[in-house]
Amino acid sequence: MSDDKLRTDGSGAMATTTKLRRNLERMTVEDIALYVVLVLAAGFYLVPIESGLVTSFKTGTAIIETAPFAPPGASGFTFEKWRTAIDALLRGMGNSLLYAVPATIISALVGSITAYGLTIPNWKPSYKALVLALIIAGIFIPYQAVLVPLTQFWSQWVQLGDLLSFVWALGIDDDYVGIVELVVTHVAYGVPICTLLFRTYYKTMSDEMMESARLDGASLRRVYRRIVLPLSGPMFAVVLIYQFTQIWNDLLFTLVIVSTESSAAAPVVLILAGLGTSMEGQDFALRMAGAFFAALPTLAVYILFGDEFAEGVAA
Amino acid sequence: MLDFYRRLHRAISPSSGDGDEPRTDGGVVSDGAASGPGAESDRGAVERLKAAVDNRFGADFVESSIFWLPPFLLMGLFVYGAVIWNLLISLTDYEGFANAPDYSNLDFEMYTRALADSGFIDAAVNTLILLVAFTAGTLAVGLLLAILIDRGIRFENTFRTIYLLPMSLSFVVTAQFWLWIYNYNNGIANSVIGVVGLGPVSWLGNQDIVLYAVIFALMWQFSGYAMVVYLAGLRAIPDEHYEAAKVDGASTLKMYWRVIIPQLKGATISAAVVLMVFGMKAFDFLYSLVGGYRPPNGADILATKMVREAYSNSQWAYGAAIAIVLFGMALAVIGPYLVYEYRRNNL
Repeated sequence: MSDDKLRTDGSGAMATTTKLRRNLERMTVEDIALYVVLVLAAGFYLVPIESGLVTSFKTGTAIIETAPFAPPGASGFTFEKWRTAIDALLRGMGNSLLYAVPATIISALVGSITAYGLTIPNWKPSYKALVLALIIAGIFIPYQAVLVPLTQFWSQWVQLGDLLSFVWALGIDDDYVGIVELVVTHVAYGVPICTLLFRTYYKTMSDEMMESARLDGASLRRVYRRIVLPLSGPMFAVVLIYQFTQIWNDLLFTLVIVSTESSAAAPVVLILAGLGTSMEGQDFALRMAGAFFAALPTLAVYILFGDEFAEGVAA
Repeated sequence: MLDFYRRLHRAISPSSGDGDEPRTDGGVVSDGAASGPGAESDRGAVERLKAAVDNRFGADFVESSIFWLPPFLLMGLFVYGAVIWNLLISLTDYEGFANAPDYSNLDFEMYTRALADSGFIDAAVNTLILLVAFTAGTLAVGLLLAILIDRGIRFENTFRTIYLLPMSLSFVVTAQFWLWIYNYNNGIANSVIGVVGLGPVSWLGNQDIVLYAVIFALMWQFSGYAMVVYLAGLRAIPDEHYEAAKVDGASTLKMYWRVIIPQLKGATISAAVVLMVFGMKAFDFLYSLVGGYRPPNGADILATKMVREAYSNSQWAYGAAIAIVLFGMALAVIGPYLVYEYRRNNL
């Protein structure tokens, strides 16, 4: 496909058209039905998103007067809702980045190291499988089962806020302790999935290579640094994208750790959850604009790295 | 490739030969060696211990533990430690503004209270309905899409990208979209059924409908995921199986039903487990739908009830007990799955 796009001269275009025509002639009724179904399905997946997008540009009257999926007319078009949404959510975006980026990078590194220790080194497979089973089970824990202890842990046992008092002395709002807690929490709960993803990748690596290095007397650390880590690039892309999406999108932990949307450290999902509800009813245009603005980073990641994302979720 | 690494390795091995080797025995040894005449026997003891451990667990056990043990402990503390702690809290009477539970008086009061609470029973039933209907529906849609996409179509990547797109969005974001779609006055859902002369329906206001409306929205978000898993499963089936079925004169429908779908058992099981876990996390969606702890009437599930009891009503111990029930449900699904994978040597 990219080849076709690159060819800009006339002959190329002509060849493409002939090819297309030949393809069309070969199409049977069954094929056409297939494509119709596929396009309808695509519509099903896109309509909620499309309708949200057009709605976010509508004025209050346009929302009532036009169909929900129709674009606003010239008179019903406004940027005002986006402006309000960005005003309300911008600080949340910053806060979300502040924990999502470090937590993503750390959990990917930790996952890679853990998976390496559980895959390449030579120790009893049955014990390895036991440790792995315990780790992998962690992927499937409903987080509700750890919430109350988590709150206890951060509020009573580990007084991070006091430990970091020198940071607050610099004039940073002490609500930001929530950001640090979120990073640690997301890394801890990210270990299982990151380990699993890297492990599926490391299992396919050539044993001979590692063994010959080991026979030459290389330590495990050296094998990891010189052989495994440089080859992990593609999997790092998958894990970073998957983890970033997960952490950015998560509401539950931000809700119990940061708790209020008025907090200076409130992440974007927390503010968005309460946006556009007021006494006068729901402002749908504002909600849609906010939803899109909050989703921009994950949408960008998805559009740029869709294949890696698909690989991450499929593992 | 292999050769390159051998050469690379030879280039770096002089330094590894004597630089790294002693250190791999663990820092203890070199400390001992530095501390005088007693060191020799210390060293022997440590060496012997290490040898014994390595004998039992395999040659690289001790050396590799530095890689996996710290993350394992961190994750173990936050997952297993927290679940056990949660179990303990659920046995106390912890509530209100007290800083910590009183662990001296443990009983099952919170569990008997749950059984007597009709809200809890409703939430448990709703959770089961949601899990079963959501998982089955999502798998069916995903399988259908995967089969359609696998028929050698053009623009396969484009279609796949579109179908998977909702999964990259947060529950908080998709909840806003569906709130708009299910909106009574000018939502798409009501205009669609209006075409065939039905409605308008109060999707989120009607107790009997709201749960299924939520399930439908969740299916929209996750059927792309099921499709990706099934697609990988379909690709693993050798072409001969299709051809053999064709030669036997089986119709397309029969071929899929008799030959192909049975081979997707593994994909079905792993997708179903993951989907059930997503289903239990529907909390984010329900919370964002209303912007608060109280989901629409008729759509309360254990996940939302647990968080509401604990964080809104400060009934910490009661919330913890509900969480344990939810955890038990998850365990009933995951336990057999992990054993199955372990038996198949898939871990």
